[in-house]
Amino acid sequence: MTLPEQISNYLKQFTVGIAGCGGLGSNCAVALARVGVGKLIIADYDIVTEQNLNRQYYFHDQIGRLKVHALSENIKRINSSVIVKSFDMKLCVSDIIELYSGCNVIVEAFDKAEMKQMIIETVLTKMNGKSLVVGVGMAGWGNSISISTRRSENLIICGDEVSEVSETLPVLAPRVGMVANMQANEVLDILLKDFKPEN
Amino acid sequence: MTIILNNRTESFDANQLTINQILKVKNFTFKMLVVKVNGELVRRRDFDNVIVKDGDDVMILHLITGG
Repeated sequence: MTLPEQISNYLKQFTVGIAGCGGLGSNCAVALARVGVGKLIIADYDIVTEQNLNRQYYFHDQIGRLKVHALSENIKRINSSVIVKSFDMKLCVSDIIELYSGCNVIVEAFDKAEMKQMIIETVLTKMNGKSLVVGVGMAGWGNSISISTRRSENLIICGDEVSEVSETLPVLAPRVGMVANMQANEVLDILLKDFKPEN
Repeated sequence: MTIILNNRTESFDANQLTINQILKVKNFTFKMLVVKVNGELVRRRDFDNVIVKDGDDVMILHLITGG
């Protein structure tokens, strides 16, 4: 087996939870599906709109469909061996515990600051050391170097931590894609901790 | 006192400070925050009670909308 095949084979055993399927969640899920993570648990309550297409991993002919269904389909088209469990719902504290307690890592991919706070508090206080990778600060364009990652025990923070979305600062594909892929990269780093390539 | 604040060493004149006092000194006026002291999450209701001392490891994360 080639090294990418070995990695893909190794990643089959893992489950990653993705909370939210917007700019962060859809792009992160696709990256994880491409490398071969075995199972993805995705959740979102929203539908695909035309305005989403400037940054989210959906297609024009998917407008009006539930994001979880459209994303599940897109993942399958990329890598049919990935198992996708999709949940059409707005997540609350008890849902997060129920849906994601069996995951090896959880990716926070919400839009709203209060939802980000809710999942961080839930995972830190009720999910006993589970790794959570969050995306904070990616609106606007340019200034690539301001995007970075830092770790505080099992909480991994990706983003510039300052650029909030506003009327004058939209979220656009390049920077949200950078943070989403950075989150996927941190997930891989955790999952491949004990991976040993064969000769 | 000298503490680790967001992975950086920072010194304060006071010997100890509450979370709210640190937020004030640092001029952190954010609404949505996650604060950890020595790995433990501190709830907002405890921001006036939890005391940060010399050598403590403090993480303050400002949550902002976008994703």
